This record gives sequence, structure tokens and C-alpha cells, in this order.
Amino acid sequence: MHDKTLTELAAGLQAGEFSSRELCQSALDRIQRLDGDLNSFISVTTEQALADADAADQARAAGDAAALAGLPLALKDIFCTQGVRTSCGSKMLDSFVAPYDATVVEKIRQAGGVSLGKTNMDEFAMGSSNENSFYGPVKNPWDLSAVPGGSSGGSAAAVAAGLVPAALGTDTGGSIRQPAAFCGITGLKPTYGRVSRYGMVAYASSLDQGGPMARTAADCALLLETIAGHDVRDSTSVARVVPDYSAELDTSLAGLKIGLPKEYFGDGLDPEVETAVREAIKVYESLGAKVCEVSLPHTHLAIPAYYVIAPAEASSNLSRYDGVRFGHRCEDPTDLEDLYKRTRAEGFGEEVKRRILIGTHTLSEGFFDAYYLKAQQVRRLIRQDFLDAFDEVDVLMGPTAPTPAFDLGAQKDPVSMYLQDIYTIAVNLAGIPGISVPAGFAGNRPVGLQVLAPHFAEAQLLGVAHQFQQATDWHLKRPAFGKEMA
Amino acid sequence: MMQWETVIGLEVHVQLATQSKIFSGASTAFGAEPNTQACAVDLGMPGVLPVLNENAVAMAVKFGLAVDAEIPETSLFERKNYFYPDLPKGYQTSQMAQPIVGPGKVEITLDDGSTRSVRIHHAHLEEDAGKSLHEDYHGMTGIDLNRAGTPLLEIVSEPDMRSAKEAVAYIKALHAIVTYLGISDGNMAEGSMRCDVNVSVRPKGQAAFGTRAEIKNVNSFRFVEKAIAFEVERQIELIEDGGQVVQETRLFDPERDETRGMRTKEEANDYRYFPCPDLLPVTLDGAYVDHQRALMPELPSEKRHRFENQLGLSAYDAGVLASSRAMAEYFEAVKDVCGDAKQAANWVQGELSANLNRENLEIGDSPVTAEQLGGLIQRVMDDTISGKAAKQVFQALWDGEADSADAIIEARGLKQVTDTGAIEGMIDQVIADSPVQVAQYREADEAKRGKMIGYFVGQVMKASRGTANPQQVNSLLKQKLDQA
Repeated sequence: MHDKTLTELAAGLQAGEFSSRELCQSALDRIQRLDGDLNSFISVTTEQALADADAADQARAAGDAAALAGLPLALKDIFCTQGVRTSCGSKMLDSFVAPYDATVVEKIRQAGGVSLGKTNMDEFAMGSSNENSFYGPVKNPWDLSAVPGGSSGGSAAAVAAGLVPAALGTDTGGSIRQPAAFCGITGLKPTYGRVSRYGMVAYASSLDQGGPMARTAADCALLLETIAGHDVRDSTSVARVVPDYSAELDTSLAGLKIGLPKEYFGDGLDPEVETAVREAIKVYESLGAKVCEVSLPHTHLAIPAYYVIAPAEASSNLSRYDGVRFGHRCEDPTDLEDLYKRTRAEGFGEEVKRRILIGTHTLSEGFFDAYYLKAQQVRRLIRQDFLDAFDEVDVLMGPTAPTPAFDLGAQKDPVSMYLQDIYTIAVNLAGIPGISVPAGFAGNRPVGLQVLAPHFAEAQLLGVAHQFQQATDWHLKRPAFGKEMA
Repeated sequence: MMQWETVIGLEVHVQLATQSKIFSGASTAFGAEPNTQACAVDLGMPGVLPVLNENAVAMAVKFGLAVDAEIPETSLFERKNYFYPDLPKGYQTSQMAQPIVGPGKVEITLDDGSTRSVRIHHAHLEEDAGKSLHEDYHGMTGIDLNRAGTPLLEIVSEPDMRSAKEAVAYIKALHAIVTYLGISDGNMAEGSMRCDVNVSVRPKGQAAFGTRAEIKNVNSFRFVEKAIAFEVERQIELIEDGGQVVQETRLFDPERDETRGMRTKEEANDYRYFPCPDLLPVTLDGAYVDHQRALMPELPSEKRHRFENQLGLSAYDAGVLASSRAMAEYFEAVKDVCGDAKQAANWVQGELSANLNRENLEIGDSPVTAEQLGGLIQRVMDDTISGKAAKQVFQALWDGEADSADAIIEARGLKQVTDTGAIEGMIDQVIADSPVQVAQYREADEAKRGKMIGYFVGQVMKASRGTANPQQVNSLLKQKLDQA
């Protein structure tokens, strides 16, 4: 059962092959037995999940089953869930129980989806390896000595290990796509504004976007059509009709124009990753697509611009963690300043502190113009690069990450870790959608193919990914981990 | 001796009268139990997002139009970052580089009736913080976030005022504008209008400004006047004694009528303003601005000019009556009932205002309604009662003796006797009863007669118990006394 896709499980439930309770119980058992090794969950909400599963079974019996009725999934612990701890991977929020549901959580619930729990992540979504979690690192099910990627590492590992068929993640600079690539699953970062950010703990507000992580593009389509749409509680969500993504998957690739950004195939790209990606592109050619080289000339500025803008916004977004109203508070503060200093010194991890310091500095008087304003100018240039490219081609393709999953503890220096996001970060700066699709292996570790499309072209993106998955079986490969429980 | 000139600029925070907060759906009502009107957004919970209250935008635009300001097509919300326990998010959402209201001007009226113009630098929207409560918590601080997120319009003037009186006139003019527009209740006691006063002095004739001190949170017209008076004297004394004014923030202590320096951190505050990524820029097109303009009521200055030019009131009367929307509406209602603007103005500014002042009431709380006062004036104008009796009737209305002037006139028998026959009868009786005085009168010349007739008028009025029409009594008496 744990090898099946969401779509297959939905059919099984509908055919009465098993109940939602049986399905969820089996997944919970699997989490119980395997997650000790993976550490992909921060909280498992067994009771609530089984109650929701029963409710879904009753609804189905009454002929009233919604799109995701009875299907188990997991939520990155960045989404607020009423009555359930929302830690964001931080000691700061270890005790925080949200008094409300995030909009996407509400939508998943309304569609009958059953959350089994909250997945592990880099603290406040800051990281590319899931090693920055207060709850410890997550392991990659393909190789327990490797990282699962980050920051949505828990969601990616849980799906890859068959603990859940799908999960929600968030992507600020690659945090859905890179762990999807490292764990051999499919992960979509929607257009900025496509999915409501209400109830998603903010890291960098102008870049954050929630999205689906699953085995297949078809499953991502099913989830995206559930969670997408305008939300009056999020002014940056866009009032634009949500297409029926599932219905638009079967588009022909004949004549599709694929651009390969030359900057995405340069120095620093692992040869095995490059080989896998070029093979995948050949598959597209064999399906009738036309391939050409394009240029995104400002690519080299993406990481520097990101590491000004994202920390600037983060430094402000994370000011609310002051020990006054919720979350961690230091013991016996002597005065207000002591309360602030010790609460934040104790509650935040190293990487979060580093980014708060960077952001505070770049917004400071005397530095604002040179850093923040300059970075915003660069951001516009990067966006224009993509718009210009999409005048020539329909989609862009390249590797999701320059290397396969690296070993736990291998990246010692923050900057080399930041370089992990070299192909993903510009996408957030431009606000366009991107998807990572399993496209082979480098040794025993998966490789992801990244496909990018213009703003709000998720239907095309999902269709392009789906056609690839009709022609290949990389997305069907399963790690040996947990196989004995088949 | 050196002549000094005072320079004053004001930042006035006006609490906008929206039902809900500027970025959340929580109520803005005053006086609720602590923290009962603060939702997840106001508490700065993780994951929450602000949504701009469109009414706050409409109110700010109306204010801008009322002060002839430019309304920029695009304005921007920014975050002002600083830590304070009653600032839940660790930043205040405000406007800095691109405020919603651009440069404008306000006409102020001084006590002598003269007017002048004060320039508005800009006005911007922002959210209020909560309150820190330092009493009753045994060395701890209580935080009440009911006020957090209340919409404020901060109106920043140019340093155009040269005396405390001008500053007060300016605040009064702003108060009139915002209450006329209905965008604020203007209740200073509840903090609906709070002023930061920037004061400096310079030798008369010097072009450069002196160093200013900012006096925070001065919350009544009277305190503004006192705070400025104290501060000006302090600065002049300081300079004349060879010292220097330090640029600093000071607090006004209303108990002692003095300002005191606040303890400040050594480093200057760096608020790290940057555009709020959670809110889109506010874009207002011409059609929207025109629509808001069409919704605006007549403004104080327009009313003042109409009272003067169309109703024929003096500049002074027009100014006083137009000073508040409540006063102007009351006056116009009285005028509509009695049909005479001059009479209505005299009564509202005379008898009514005297009574209100004596009992410290606002015009909205007047026990005498505009309809009642208009009805009373009608009875004076149609000679039903004398002016003297009218004051009695007014007092009876004030005391709630009856619902209308007519009922009181009736009950007290104050109706003037205008029946010539009846008055003649009383005159004949008085003449018959006063042979000596009549003889004296008739012997006197015209000049003396004028004074002597008062005696007879008094006697007749007495006989009529005050109800005889004095003009009629006068002319009939004159006829009868002069005829022999």
C-alpha cells in the first residue's frame, strides 16, 4: 500500500479495497517502525488522524467524498495547525500550539485529506540539508548517511520512504525542489501568489511559497488544485482562476520548445548529475520537443541578491519571537533587555542567528542602499532574464541541484551550503513556478530534473512533467529502506 | 535685550473611526477588557498576515482632499523595526517614503478672527501599538493589545507656527476637519488625537532654525499651550545663560506644567525601514479620488464662508459657529426652524453657549434641542413674548419643564398682551392713579419727557404682570400723555 500514489490510493478507497482507517493505520504503523531511523516527523498526530480517517470513511459511505477524502499526507511543520504544535523546527516554537489553521491546511481538511503529522525541517526554513533543525537532522531513505536536502527535508524523506504518499512543503529558495531531487520524488514550487501564505510561518515573505511534494506530477496536480487560489487573508495571493490541473496533464509534447540555460550547465555541476539530466532531455526530444540553448545572464547574481533580500525580510519577520506572548522565554529575566537577549540567544539556532544578523545589517542606515536596494534592482534583472527567455521557449530545463545528496555533516561552510541552491534560488526571485522530477541516479542517490515555466503556467509545467513520467520509470523507483515492510 | 521667535511644528496622530483595525478584523471600540479585542493578527502570531482596511484608506484620502493635498497614485507601507513589549510583531507597519497624503495646507483662525495658512508636509497611515501597564502588576508590566492595530493617520505639519496660540488654533482646525469628515471622533481624552510638538527658538530675524525639542504625547488643547509656553521659556533661559538646546524627546507633565527630558539610549534609533512584503502598494486612480471627494460633507472653511456671505453673519460669528460640525449643525437647525440666521446665531452663541459653558457640556449634550430653541425664537420674532420673557422660557426649557416654548409660555401666562384695548385700559388706570406724575410730565419739555415716560411704562408693565408688549405700551402712553 505504501508504494502507491495518491491517485491510486484514491481509486482503492473509492473501490472499497480498503478503508481510510486501514490505510492511515498502516501508514502510522510504518511511521512508528521506520521513522526512528529517518527522523522525518516532528509530531505524529495519531488520534486526530484516525478520527479524521473515520470521518472520511463515513462521508464516503454517505456518498459525500471530497477530492482527497481519507487520503493520508503530512504537513511541513511550518504550517499552523490548530491545537497541534507548530515548531518550525525551532526551539523557539517548541511549545507553540497554533490557535488556528493555515489556509492550505483548512483547504486540505475541507477536501477530506488526513494529516498524519508535522514533518521535520531546517529551522524557520533556513537551510539546504535539514541539518539546522532543533529536532535533529533527517536522513535520506536512499542512503542513511546522506542528507535529504532542505528545508522541506522531512516531507521529502517521508514521501520517499513511503511513510505518506504526499506532503506539503514550502520553497523560499529551493526548499521543495532540492529535497525532492535528493529524495527522488516530485516537488512543485508554484508561482508566487498562487497558494495562500496565511498560516505559513514567514521566513522571507516575498519569496515563500507553499507547494506539493509527492511521487508523481499527477499527484502534485491533485494537491495543487486543492490548495491553490486567492485568499482574502493574504493580500499577495492572486485572484486568478485555478485550472483543473489534473484534467490538463495529457498534453502533447510535440513542438514544445525547451530552453537549456547555459548557466545551469557550467562549473560546479556534478558530471553524473549532468549526464542524467541530458538523458532526460533526450527523452523529451524523442517525444517531439525541440531543444535549444538560452542564456539567463544574471544567474551569477541570484545567490548574492537572495542572501540580502531573504535575510532582510527574515530579520523583521523573526522579531516577533521576543518571549513576550508565545514560544520560548528565558528563565528569570532581570529586565527587558535581558529577556530579549537571552530568549533569542537560547531560542534560535546558529543559521537563524546568522541570517538575522545579516538582514539587520543590510537594512541598517548607511547600508540599505548599497545592499537592499541594489539587491532589489538585481532581482528585477533576474526576473527579466526569465521573461526574455520565455519569449523564445515554452519551458526551461536543467538540473535541480548541482550535486546529488551529500553526506550528513559534509558541508561545513555556510557559503558552500548556500551554493546548493544555485539553480533554484533565481526562480523564487523571479516568482515563476518550478518543478523537480526524478530523472535517474548518481551512484545510489537520486537526481532531479528541474522544469521552469512562466508565471501561472503550472498546468503546462505539470503536463510536461507528467508526460516524462509516462515515458520513464524513475519516479517509480523505491529505496531499499523500509522494503522489508512491504 | 534679545528678541526671540518661537518655531513650532506638529505631528498629530488621529485615530480613525473605522469599525475594525487597519490590518485585521478585530473591533476598535474603546474601553473593552484588556486583550479581548486582539485577534491572532494583532497578537503577531506566527504565520498571520495583514489585510489593509479599505475604510482607513478612504478616510485618509478624504483628509487629504480636505487640506488641498496631493493624493499620490501610489503609496507604500513599510515596516519600522524596533523591539518593545507592546509592539507585537517587533515592527510597526507605517508609511515613510511614499505616504498616502502629500503636501497640503490648513487654514487656521486666531482669536482675533484673522486667518493664516499652515502647510502640511504629508500625512501617512500606520497602526497603533498596544499599551504597557506599569501599575498593579507588582514590579511586572502588563500588556494590553486591544489598541494594537488601531488605524492612525499621522499628520505632519511644516514648522510654520510661531506661537502656542497658533499651534492650538492649528490643532483645533485639524480637529474640526476630522470630526466634520467623520473620520475620527476627535476625543482627545480617549487618545483619539495625540500630538507630538516640535519646539525651537531663534533670535528674531535669523533665518536658520534653532535646535528643537520634541514633546511627546500632549493630549489636550490646554496642555499643548502650556507645554509650549514652558518649553519656550526653558529654551530661551538656557540659551541666555550660555547653554545650548539639545535635540531630544521630552515629556509634558500636566501636574507640574513642565516638560522633562526622557532618558534616551546613547545610540540613535535605526528603525531599518523597508517596504512591507506582505502588503501590496496602494494604487488610487483619479476615479477613486473623485468618488471620495463626492462623498465629502461641507468643510469648516466652506461653511464659514457660506455663513458669512450667504447668511450675513459677521466673520467672528461665522467662525465660531463653523468651528465644530455639531455646533454648525445645531445652529443651522435652529435657523431653519425660526427662519432668521442672525437671531439663531445670537441665541446659540449667547444664552445657549453660556449655559453649556456653565455646566461644562458639549453642544451634543444640550438639554435644549435645536427645534425647541428655534420655536422659542419664533415666539420672540412674532411678538408673542418679550425678550425678557424669552430668557425665562429658555431657562425653563433647559430645566426640562416642558417640551416646547409654547407649552411654557402657556403654562406661565407669558404671552404678551398686544390687544390695544386691553393695554389702553391699563394705561388709563395708571394715568388716573398718578395725577402728580402726569402733571409733572405735561409741564416738562420734550427732552425731560423722554426720561419721565419710563415711570409710566414700568407701572403699566407691572399692572400687566410683564405681558404687555413694551413697544405698544410706549407708543400708546406717549399718545395719551401728550394729547392733553
